Amino acid sequence: MNDIVIHVENLGKRYRIGVSPERYKTLRDTIVAGFNAPIQKLRQRSSNSLSSTRPNIIWALRDISFDVPRGKVLGIVGRNGAGKSTLLKILSRVTEPTEGSAEIHGRVGALLEVGTGFHPELTGRENIYLNGAILGMKRVEIGQKFDEIVAFSEVEQFIDTPVKRYSSGMYLRLAFAVAAHLEPEVLVVDEVLAVGDAEFQRKCMGKMSDVAQAGRTVLFVSHNMSAILRLTEETIVLDKGHLVYRAPTAQAIDFYMATGFSGLGERAWTPEEIPADAAPFTPLAIRLRDSKGQIVDTFRSTESFRVEVEYSLSQSITGLRVGIYLLTMRGEYVFTSFDLDDLTQFDKLGIRQEGHYISHCTIPANILNEGQYVLAVNASSFRVKRYFWDDHALAFTVDATGAPGKQWPEPRMGPIRPALDWVIERL
Amino acid sequence: MATDQLPNSHEDLIILKPTHGLAALNLRDLWVFRELVLFLAWRDVLVRYKQTVLGAAWAVIQPIVQMVVFTLIFSRAAGLSSEGVPYPIFNYVALLPWGLFSKAMNDAGRSLVNNRNMITKIYFPRLTIPVASVVSGLVDFGIAFLVYIGIILYYNLAPNSTYTYTITPALLFLPLVIILALVATLGVSLWFSAANVIYRDVGHILPFLTQIWFFMTPIVYSSSEISLQWQVIYSLNPLTGVVEGFRWCLLGIHSLPLPLLLVSAGVAVVILITGLIYFRNMERTFADEI
Repeated sequence: MNDIVIHVENLGKRYRIGVSPERYKTLRDTIVAGFNAPIQKLRQRSSNSLSSTRPNIIWALRDISFDVPRGKVLGIVGRNGAGKSTLLKILSRVTEPTEGSAEIHGRVGALLEVGTGFHPELTGRENIYLNGAILGMKRVEIGQKFDEIVAFSEVEQFIDTPVKRYSSGMYLRLAFAVAAHLEPEVLVVDEVLAVGDAEFQRKCMGKMSDVAQAGRTVLFVSHNMSAILRLTEETIVLDKGHLVYRAPTAQAIDFYMATGFSGLGERAWTPEEIPADAAPFTPLAIRLRDSKGQIVDTFRSTESFRVEVEYSLSQSITGLRVGIYLLTMRGEYVFTSFDLDDLTQFDKLGIRQEGHYISHCTIPANILNEGQYVLAVNASSFRVKRYFWDDHALAFTVDATGAPGKQWPEPRMGPIRPALDWVIERL
Repeated sequence: MATDQLPNSHEDLIILKPTHGLAALNLRDLWVFRELVLFLAWRDVLVRYKQTVLGAAWAVIQPIVQMVVFTLIFSRAAGLSSEGVPYPIFNYVALLPWGLFSKAMNDAGRSLVNNRNMITKIYFPRLTIPVASVVSGLVDFGIAFLVYIGIILYYNLAPNSTYTYTITPALLFLPLVIILALVATLGVSLWFSAANVIYRDVGHILPFLTQIWFFMTPIVYSSSEISLQWQVIYSLNPLTGVVEGFRWCLLGIHSLPLPLLLVSAGVAVVILITGLIYFRNMERTFADEI
């Protein structure tokens, strides 16, 4: 009993939507709403429909219960909007739950986003102290760990330079270094490994397993399945705000990857799955069609198939590109492609007018190896805004029957299986 | 429920659950995070004068220029009385607490919104942010106070000066008057900072509210210009008591304005306590609303 560090019971968080985050409430809105409230109440009483009374409410999280024993590294996976970030925000005390409760024994350190509170005008040294204090460290504590933090971040030479002159890599290294030396009893990590170069990522992973080995409890959210597999023993799967599965990590990832894909070869997004800040972009559906035009979710490695993304724009967007990422079931990227990759298209479609669109492309034959793959969708304007991103939009299976080398019934390594022109020369 | 009785002396037990009704003031966590208040204040001061040519000299230039302008307009042109003290001194003494108040009110009012990225990402007592804005204002106040001493010395040592400064026992009450200034400043700052999270109108109101408040406070004129029947209403402005208190302590120009001071102090304390309650209640949704 005493060794349960985190005890979560029926936790729920409700958000109001409909008011997009860009629009701030103003006094005028409050006054107008105040005048309208009695009228609306009367209307509701007369219409007497329950569903219309709370049209703008969404439960980001509901009925979540779990315990985490001391020293456990628990993975949390789920699609966009499944409630992962909300759960971490509640556990790190950034926001209050709407119902239920959670008990945490010990200091919580959160790596929800590294570098929070960094001020560009301050030097690296000043930012270490400031950021450390924001994360809850005492001045003495920061002083003791100062050299270690600087060494870990590898920015010794620039420690007295304002961080606005840092490269983004240096900035991230310094920010992670401060957070990694916090030494809380419970560490909450959200997707920090998605940044930085490979060498730095390796270092971060090392630091995280050190933390776990020191007997501290870690909650780790990531879209990177191989990182989850390497770092965690047990994983919970969230879907639409509910905890749907809890199992040893390998099993949980198989569950997560294999289920929850509605429809075969087609996925339509419901309004709750589309974040408010996606506007004016509205994703509608992603589909896979074989060479006969049928919607299917299994292809032969030897045949080509078509990927369609259907969407609408409520107003024109400058520089919009819609694209797909192809990933393996373990979350490794195979390739990325955008509908404006071609230069002539790119020059022609600088501004995409409002309307209803389908962007589609053909994945040629003899590219993918047998196995299961995931498509992610991205709609963005480069360096301006990412309108929409679903890293787990649709899964499909590739069958290698008839593919080159299939005469040997062995699995082939790697995600691609090209048909290469081998020439055997006898010399 | 049994877990509530667990001994938690060896480690902290944090219970997260929805809170209802009036929030507890719980000033203890502000004390636990007192170093953060100082760090944030230090950051504000550091950043304020970084990449400026004159640096901290701005903290000196601003009140002096204000004093010169007000002297030209209100003493020379409008001919307002200054109760026997040279007008620049009469005015500058009032600008000391006013500078602290107006600067902190404007900085603190926007402070939560400006630190939005911290509030949505990390937990720490939200009170530290507006409190740090007020504390950083104290640094400028300290510098402005040194300038005040310089001005007094100048008026006493300049060969053709007719003014001699006399220290009165009232000077002993200066710390109390400064605390009153801080109470009023912090109370108003808490109200505006919390309201600004939900109503961005506050950002638009603050500049001209500052101006109106300036003229409702006896800075360029003396409160004795207000007729007696209005004195009570006039002293509802907590800054009235603060400014007249400063004049009484530092210049000894009139007797202790006790009723006025008491009313102002009472109002200031009420604003601070209600500000704290309002802030604590709004705080729950800061991360969602900001």
